[in-house]
Amino acid sequence: MATALAPVSTERDLRLDLFRGLALWLIFLDHIPSNAVSWITIRNYGFSDATEIFVFISGFTAAYVYGRAMRDYGFIVSAARMLRRSWQIYVAHVFLFAIYLAEIAYVVHSFDNPLYSEEMGVINFLKNPDVTILQALMLKFKPVNMDVLPLYIVLLLFFPPMLWLLLRAPSAALVASAALYTATWYFDWNLPAYPEGNWVFNPFAWQLLFVFGGWCALGGSQRLARWVESPVVRALAVVYLVFAFCIAMTWYFPTLAVYVPHRVGEAIYPIDKTNLDVLRILHFFALAVITVWMVPRNWSGLHSPLARPAIICGQHSLEIFCLGVFLSFAAHFVFTEVSNRILIQVVVSLAGIVVMSAAAALISWYRRIERRGPGPRPPAVTPGFAGGGAT
Amino acid sequence: MRVRLASLLALIGLCGPVLPLWAAPPAECLVGQQQTEHIFDLPNVARAITAKKLDVLVVGAGSSVLPGPNGANVAYPARLESALAEALPGVTVKVATDVAPRRTAADMVRTLPKVLAADKPALVIWQTGTVDAMQAVDPDQFSQSLDQGINIARNAGADVVLVNAQYSPRTESIIALGTYSENMRWVALQHEVPLFNRFRIMREWFDTGTFDFTNATNKLDIAARVHDCIGRLLAELVNEAGKPHVNGGN
Repeated sequence: MATALAPVSTERDLRLDLFRGLALWLIFLDHIPSNAVSWITIRNYGFSDATEIFVFISGFTAAYVYGRAMRDYGFIVSAARMLRRSWQIYVAHVFLFAIYLAEIAYVVHSFDNPLYSEEMGVINFLKNPDVTILQALMLKFKPVNMDVLPLYIVLLLFFPPMLWLLLRAPSAALVASAALYTATWYFDWNLPAYPEGNWVFNPFAWQLLFVFGGWCALGGSQRLARWVESPVVRALAVVYLVFAFCIAMTWYFPTLAVYVPHRVGEAIYPIDKTNLDVLRILHFFALAVITVWMVPRNWSGLHSPLARPAIICGQHSLEIFCLGVFLSFAAHFVFTEVSNRILIQVVVSLAGIVVMSAAAALISWYRRIERRGPGPRPPAVTPGFAGGGAT
Repeated sequence: MRVRLASLLALIGLCGPVLPLWAAPPAECLVGQQQTEHIFDLPNVARAITAKKLDVLVVGAGSSVLPGPNGANVAYPARLESALAEALPGVTVKVATDVAPRRTAADMVRTLPKVLAADKPALVIWQTGTVDAMQAVDPDQFSQSLDQGINIARNAGADVVLVNAQYSPRTESIIALGTYSENMRWVALQHEVPLFNRFRIMREWFDTGTFDFTNATNKLDIAARVHDCIGRLLAELVNEAGKPHVNGGN
């Protein structure tokens, strides 16, 4: 097992960037409340949503990048880089929290309506800023739609030992991760939140997908290839996706709910996003099997100009994720202050994606000119040991 | 949107034959969508209607009342009472309330036995979800409170109708109702309790321009019309689900 690190490819799998970019777009669309355009996002057609894609690919790329660092420069250097990244995400989270505070304060002070006296009480938490802001800095306060970053911070913080294990005994690492997931369900582990409750994305559960992504990056996907490409698995994936689609339809057409046998309902509900329900994982796996089938690594479309915007967004995921959260606030502001006509919703959603892509292009440009500057060039991508999916 | 349109057409087709023949709500209240998630019978209501005396208890938080000295009279519990009385001639209808702002589902469950003992209603209309979402109560705990409340009410001989959070476009990006609404829908289905989908109805009024919920105002006029409609639609649901002949087969 210790030699499971055979180099398998020399260039980054663009599919990872493409699908992470697409996931970022979907997360942006889903974060705009009452957005008609969010009807196109995958969460409406099955159990899992863009979060699974994002976490899996983040685990994959983290293992790919930091795994190489760990092999070349050792544990300490690689762990230090992960800590630095984790700190950057923390700062980004606090920045978003400041924007959130500005929004909430604006809404409550500019809007008075007897229908909503209850909802306006949402500002009450600011009556104790000493407590609330400290809790937010400790990642215990849960502003809406800002739960992914704390999850990512914690996952990265604890990734160094896991990566160490993944590099030496990948199977053991995966088993350990699955054991933690199982124990979490069994013992109800989660991190506490403020004022009450727990984290929206339970890191003890979601680490499974992150570690699985890392395992795939470090050679696991080659081992899985035989399974993923088997017609039986593909057929099962299709059947499962159709099943999930039918169940999802009953959420939107309540009259269909009577056709779901009581026993099936008892078995599947509630589909727990906080603890990464098994149904959600399976749905993500089924989607992944079909995606790997439909989009091979050497797919020509990956180099088409049409795929370019999503790919560059995926390459700068932290910046684009944060921008997306901000843009979703802004889009919602337009809907309530200007107009929520369908046309406006479509235009605003598209404009958001264009802004995200333009920002990603700008960041890429900055990186390029920085590399061109005086001083030693940062090491270019060296042949790594990442593999993506089939072949 | 196409999906919603399709569902709307499908529902109009399905609901067409059972449209009530009695005094219908004013046109502005009408919604294309069916206002309940699932139609389940209300046997205790049916018995109460047969006995010509229907006592209803509305348990709720801040969105079940309107501010001001006249607030309680124009809020939906009072409107429900008069709509039910109109729809059920010869039946003595009384709607009592146990409503106070900033209460979570668990808070309401705590006082429920006492209120039930005092009022002995045939039906409990339970509005909840908003405060739990605002305080980020653990969603599992929220579901458990709903379970408890429904069981307590049923053991006291009352049917239950759940009412979910109201649609509030301005605070949508601040208050995450999602999980709470989903849990509520699932608990309702499990217990075979009708869920009055206030969120979806108000959303539709907003989308179609019937009511504008983004105006900053301190006047009660629009709020009163909204509550009037909610009261009437609730009455329609109670009347429909509690029709004695619907329960004939029981």
